[in-house]
Amino acid sequence: MNLGRNAIAWIVGALVLGALPFVHSDPYHLHILILILIWSFAYTSWSMMGRFGLTSLGHGGFMGIGAYVTALLWNHLGITPWLGIPVALVCAAILALVVGYPCFRFRITGHYFALVTLALSGIVLQVITATRDWTGGSLGYTPEAAKGNNLLAMQSGDKVVWYLVALVVWAFGLVVWTWVDRSMERAAMEAISEDEDAAAAAGVNVTAEKLKITVLSALMTALAGAVYCQYQMFISPDTVSGIGVSLQMVFAAVVGGLYVALGPTVGAIITILSAEMLRIGFGTKAVGWDNLIYGALLVVFIIFLPKGILGSILDRVRLRRAPAPTRPAAETVRARSASAASPP
Amino acid sequence: MESFLEIFDIYLLEAVLNGILLGGVLALLALGLNLIFGVIDVTWICYAELIMIGMYGMYYLFSVYHLPYWVAAPLSILLVAALGALLHFLVIEPLLSSPPINQLLATGGVLFFLQSFATVAFGIEFRNVGIKLPILAVGEMNFSYARLLAFGAALVGMVAVYVFMRKTYVGTAIRAIAQDRQIMALMGVDARRIYLITSAIGGALAGLAACLLVLMYDVHPFIGLSIGPITFLICVLGGLGNFVGGFVASFLFAEIISLGGLFSDLEWGYVLAFGFFILMMFVRPAGLLARRA
Repeated sequence: MNLGRNAIAWIVGALVLGALPFVHSDPYHLHILILILIWSFAYTSWSMMGRFGLTSLGHGGFMGIGAYVTALLWNHLGITPWLGIPVALVCAAILALVVGYPCFRFRITGHYFALVTLALSGIVLQVITATRDWTGGSLGYTPEAAKGNNLLAMQSGDKVVWYLVALVVWAFGLVVWTWVDRSMERAAMEAISEDEDAAAAAGVNVTAEKLKITVLSALMTALAGAVYCQYQMFISPDTVSGIGVSLQMVFAAVVGGLYVALGPTVGAIITILSAEMLRIGFGTKAVGWDNLIYGALLVVFIIFLPKGILGSILDRVRLRRAPAPTRPAAETVRARSASAASPP
Repeated sequence: MESFLEIFDIYLLEAVLNGILLGGVLALLALGLNLIFGVIDVTWICYAELIMIGMYGMYYLFSVYHLPYWVAAPLSILLVAALGALLHFLVIEPLLSSPPINQLLATGGVLFFLQSFATVAFGIEFRNVGIKLPILAVGEMNFSYARLLAFGAALVGMVAVYVFMRKTYVGTAIRAIAQDRQIMALMGVDARRIYLITSAIGGALAGLAACLLVLMYDVHPFIGLSIGPITFLICVLGGLGNFVGGFVASFLFAEIISLGGLFSDLEWGYVLAFGFFILMMFVRPAGLLARRA
């Protein structure tokens, strides 16, 4: 019964979101929605790792690779993004393997892992800047407009098309998130994040499990970069790679809620909407204010609300539905009683 | 051919020596971060932003309020030391018992905050204190006087920290608490006070770096993004909290950047250094000087 309710909710949600651009097609609003969806997908990709304590500061690098490889292949070799995006994804996956394997093999965790991945986003940023003859360096880069077939070039001036594309990509991200959430992978990764040695002793292949989730996360992040590039038709090292973007992902995911499916989406909505409102309200005077507020909020959230906005709200709701669960193993008990209790 | 080799060699020597000078600067940058990590077990992702604030402090004291350099420098150092203590008091202390990664992320928030604060308060223009130090010419080689000064100050800073840690009561307490944070509280050492002092010293070292960097680079709100990552990499390469390791790693990195820059663009020097870093993670994951378990 619960499943049925959920399914209905999902279908209704999908229909409403899918029908939205045909009812309300204000280009500016659609633009904001598209950005929210694409970034939500990127943040969700980050949180796939982040929720298991693998705090990567290198996802800016994966995103940059997704965007730049696709655009470079199109401009210099004329390879359609339909092929270019898979190539870019493979590049990102290889990079994830090259960096991830030694990290996991040699038990680089916590601070160390964050700083090693920071080096990764640093490298990608520097390579993009250093190869400025091809990539335009820090000035940014524009994929050439399609001469003939728009579909082949994966380009479109129509915001409705992009809205639907972004919606599908975002939904795909949620599906993958839920799939991982229900798989054995999740149990293994949770065991690893609690205690690696104990997990290994219990028969979990720590390195392989971590690599799987890292590659998956890198693939999705690169896809987000590629979609962003095809939509915006302009990329620069600052917007799709480097430590700034990496921290932005961390921030949005943490604020929205790391441990729930829609948390990163909530984070994206909050950050993008507040940035836009500041921009409209204060114009050029607002430059810097949005990040000033984010920075302060990030600190406050980590200190007082580490589960994020959505995570904390859902916790409250669950607690109310299932009063006074026994303390030990509260998580599972809570989940079970929540599904067993008949809603009023 | 003969003459080509000669010229080449002099450039090579110049690059090697400049690399050593750069190494001194990097070592100074890494010193404060290593201290914080070694004692409090926290990574200040916003460390480079503290340096940036210090550089702005220098700019305003020196260029706007026209204080002499030797007055402005200690004031800036004090300013950043106070910031370091404040950072610890407001952000790190409430998080001391939560997972280390949360502390790192919270200082990431401080990074955003300081960067935007600088953007809002000082604007995004590049600012220069306008001190032109002469270029030192030895034979056919040129060295920047500012780098030489920074190198010297880095050495002095490191010796001072070493003496402080070895010879004073507080220094001994800091080293003791770094070894065992539970027991030291029982021994009558006030851990909170020691952490605050350590944070202030870490901040002061960032301030010292700021006073020297301001002679070499323009200040702008995003300068932290260009000096931050390399500082972290050096600390990790040397082993977080390992002073000697950080020192060695600084010079290794500086030579790679300097020599890489000689053969190609400066960015490729950085790319090489980053690549070397990732390679070393395979070979020595716990730092250059770590004993293999």
